[in-house]
Amino acid sequence: MKKRTEIRITGLGGQGVVLAGKILGKAGVYDEKHVVQTQSYGAEARGSAAKSEVIIADKKVGFPMVRKCDVLVAMSQTALDKHLKDLKEDGTLLIDENLVREVPKIRARVFKIPATKMAETELKSKIYANVVMLGALTKTTGIVSQQAVEKAITESVPDKTQENNIRGFRIGLELVKQ
Amino acid sequence: MTSKIIPRTHFWQGNEACAEAAIVSGCRFFAGYPITPASEIGEHLAWRLPQVGGIAVQMEDEIASLGAVVGASWAGAKAMTATSGPGFSLMQELIGYAFMTETPCVVVDVQRTGPSTGQATKGGQGDVMQARWGTHGDYASIALSPNSVQEMFDLTIRAFNLAETYRTPVVLLADEIIAHMREQIIIPQSDQITIINRKKPKPTDKAFFNGEDVAPMPSVGEGYNVPITGSTHNEYGYRFTADRAVHKQLVESLIGKVRNNSEKIVDYESNNFDDCDVGIVSFGCTSRAVYETVDLAKKKGVTVGFVRLKTIWPFPEEAVRNIAKNAKVIIVPELNMGEVFYEVERVVHGYVPVIPLNKIGGGEMITPEELLAKIIESVKKVD
Repeated sequence: MKKRTEIRITGLGGQGVVLAGKILGKAGVYDEKHVVQTQSYGAEARGSAAKSEVIIADKKVGFPMVRKCDVLVAMSQTALDKHLKDLKEDGTLLIDENLVREVPKIRARVFKIPATKMAETELKSKIYANVVMLGALTKTTGIVSQQAVEKAITESVPDKTQENNIRGFRIGLELVKQ
Repeated sequence: MTSKIIPRTHFWQGNEACAEAAIVSGCRFFAGYPITPASEIGEHLAWRLPQVGGIAVQMEDEIASLGAVVGASWAGAKAMTATSGPGFSLMQELIGYAFMTETPCVVVDVQRTGPSTGQATKGGQGDVMQARWGTHGDYASIALSPNSVQEMFDLTIRAFNLAETYRTPVVLLADEIIAHMREQIIIPQSDQITIINRKKPKPTDKAFFNGEDVAPMPSVGEGYNVPITGSTHNEYGYRFTADRAVHKQLVESLIGKVRNNSEKIVDYESNNFDDCDVGIVSFGCTSRAVYETVDLAKKKGVTVGFVRLKTIWPFPEEAVRNIAKNAKVIIVPELNMGEVFYEVERVVHGYVPVIPLNKIGGGEMITPEELLAKIIESVKKVD
C-alpha cells in the first residue's frame, strides 16, 4: 500500500456519505493505520451537497483535507461533475450507476456500481446504498480489510439495522467480483 | 454503557473528545443552546452527564446558558458551555460578569465563518480577538487553541484546570475543522491525568475576591454570606461603585493573576527554532498544513521553523520573539482577514518583516502548497 491514500465520498445530504466515511475511517483504525476523517455538508438537513473525506496513512496525518483523490466515490451527477477534476489520473472512480448517467472519458479505473438499485431490491430501502458502495470500494481498492469494515459497521449503526447494513456491504463486495 | 471511558485508542470526533474530557475534568454541569458546529458537545453531554450524576440543560438562548453555568459554578460545580460565533457574541456580557466575579468556568467556542450567521457549517478562525477583547472593560483572558482531536481532549482538561486555578472563565477556541474531524485519540489511565480543583475557604476566611494570590472560593449554601456582584467590589464582595482605589485594586488583581502567571499558562509547540530562513506562527486547524510545508520547503532548499500557539491568550510573546531573532521573515497563515498577524507584528516590533496569509469562506483550509508558495515569494522579497 502507498504511504497515504486519500478518499473522497460525495453525494447529497441524506445518502449517508458522512456515515460511510466514518465507517471507513474506523475500519482503517482497526487495521492499525493512521486515519483522519473530515466532512462537509450544507446548512440544510437533506438534499444539499455532502462529502466525506478519509485519509489512511502509515504515519501520522498532518494536513487533514483531501487535495487529489486516490479514490473518488460519486453518488450523484452533480457530485461527480464537481469533484472529478480532483481525481488522480491513476486513481479509482466508483459511481452509483443509477444516479450518475454521464461519465466523461478518463484514464482512471471506473467502476459502475448499481448501489441504490441493489439496496432497494435486496434490502427494500435505498438508505443502504452507502454500505453497498463501501463494499465495492473495499473490494476494488483493498485499502481496508473486510473484517475491519464489518466491525466498524456493527459499531456505527443502530442495532436493528446492523444485519441489513452488513448484508448491503457484502452485496457491494460481490458486485465487483462479477 | 459504563460511566467511565476506557483508557485506550479511540476514533472520536473532536467535539466528542471535548465532551469526554469535560467529564474527566470533573465537569458536572453543562448548559447550552444548540449551534453548528458545536452542537455535538451538548448532545454528547446530555447523554453522558446523567450517567455520572451530572446535569445537562438546554436553555432558551446563549445568554441564559452562560448565566446558568456561572450559577452552577457558584453552587460548587465545575461547569461548561459550548457555542459558536453568534452564541459567543451573546455570551460576552456574562463572560465579563464571570471575569468580574472570578467565576471558574469553561466556554467552548467552535469557530465558524462570520460575522453574524455567516456560513454556519463552514470553519473559520475569526474569533481570536473576540476571545481576547469580546466583553467591555479591562481584564486578561485565557484562550487555548487545539489542533487535533487529541488536543480537544487534552486542552479541555487544561481549560478546566486553569479556570479552577485562577478563578476565571477560560475559552477553548476550537474551530469547525478540528471539532468535526475524527482521528485517533489515546485516553490515558486516570492516574496519568492531573485534575485541579478550586481553593476552598477555611471557616474563618472572610475575603473571597481580588486577593494578591487567587482568593479561596466558597459555594452558596456553605454559610459564608458572600455578596457576588458584577459591580466594583472589595475583597469581601461589598460594592464600591465610585471609589477609584477599590476599582483599581480589583482590576489590577484580575489582570495580574493572569499576567503574573503567564509563564506558567503559556504553551506552544515549536520546531527548527534556532536555525531557519522562514518562521511560521500558526494555530488551530491552520497549523495542520505547516508540518507538511516544512518538508516541501526543505526540498526547495528553504529551512522553515514554526511556533504553533496552544495558548493564544496570554500570547506566547517570548516564543514569537525568539523565532523572529533567527528567521528573515515571519509568515502568519490564518482563516480570517488578519488577527494573530497584528499580535505577531506587535511582538516582533519591526525586527523582521511579518507577512499575513489570509483565506476566508467556504470552510477551505490553507493548503501546504499555498503556504509554500507564500514562503518562496516571501524569501525572494527579503533576499
